[in-house]
Amino acid sequence: MEPISIEGTPKTPTVKFDASNGIIEIKGRSIPENSIEFYKPLVDWLEEYAKNPMEKTTVNVQLEYFNTSSSKCILDVFKKLEAIHKAKHEVVINWYYEEDDEDMLEAGEDYESIIRVPFKMIEIVE
Amino acid sequence: MSFDVQEYYSKLGVGDVILAFKGSITTDLINNVLEEVEAKLEDVDEEAKIRKKVYNVLVEALQNLYHHVEELPDNLKTKDNFEAKFGILVVTKINGSYKISCGNFITSEKIKFLKDKIDKINSLSRDELKDMYKFILNHQKLSAKGGGGLGLVDIARKTGNKLEYTFQHYAEDYYFFNLDVLIT
Repeated sequence: MEPISIEGTPKTPTVKFDASNGIIEIKGRSIPENSIEFYKPLVDWLEEYAKNPMEKTTVNVQLEYFNTSSSKCILDVFKKLEAIHKAKHEVVINWYYEEDDEDMLEAGEDYESIIRVPFKMIEIVE
Repeated sequence: MSFDVQEYYSKLGVGDVILAFKGSITTDLINNVLEEVEAKLEDVDEEAKIRKKVYNVLVEALQNLYHHVEELPDNLKTKDNFEAKFGILVVTKINGSYKISCGNFITSEKIKFLKDKIDKINSLSRDELKDMYKFILNHQKLSAKGGGGLGLVDIARKTGNKLEYTFQHYAEDYYFFNLDVLIT
């Protein structure tokens, strides 16, 4: 499977999806007006990956900002990962948040309560 | 007498004005506003926590405008020289708090939905807002425009303050909706 590698912009995150090592990364800002356009290829990729995933999939999400339009798309990404986890493959979601950013921690906890995949909340201390 | 948008706009600039804009709400405008406000908040060395909240609220407020601005019919637009997709946005700092005011035209049929939604949000506790957010997140599909019905809930959650609003009659079936958000 071809990996996904997208450079970040002021409104969209850096994305690296690699099927050969099972590492999925989303970093930066996600505040586009229409997030579906951006996330649709990512969700499609995961759907394909789910057919033959690695024994372990590691997901690193490190967002500085995301808007509510992105929040639903991120949930769609997580739902694809949940399906992989349900099929008895190991999946762990590392949710990074900056020191003292309670809003971002809470956003991670919201997802954790909806998605049945183990989450790790990781504070980035400067 | 119809509501005077220009006069209203000029009165919003009380306190330390960080940004004031009236005109077309476009993607470019949103990008410029976000860049400018972010730079200004960094200049004044605002606390990271507050800076992020202001930025987050601004993103949602601008994108609400972008998605929901109602175009006035030509006869009204030319009368007062309103640009297409006209909206206003004013960010001020008053007594250590940030205030974000935004406004746009809407038709009367949308008032009830919006008013009910804001009143509902304002009646909820912090935990109830969290539940509402999670429910909408998990159960409502994104519209074709990319809106998710979460913007106002998110603003209320992040600020912890009530959303203040007015609907002022402008002309014919058109009203001017103004929303004030305080970040304390």
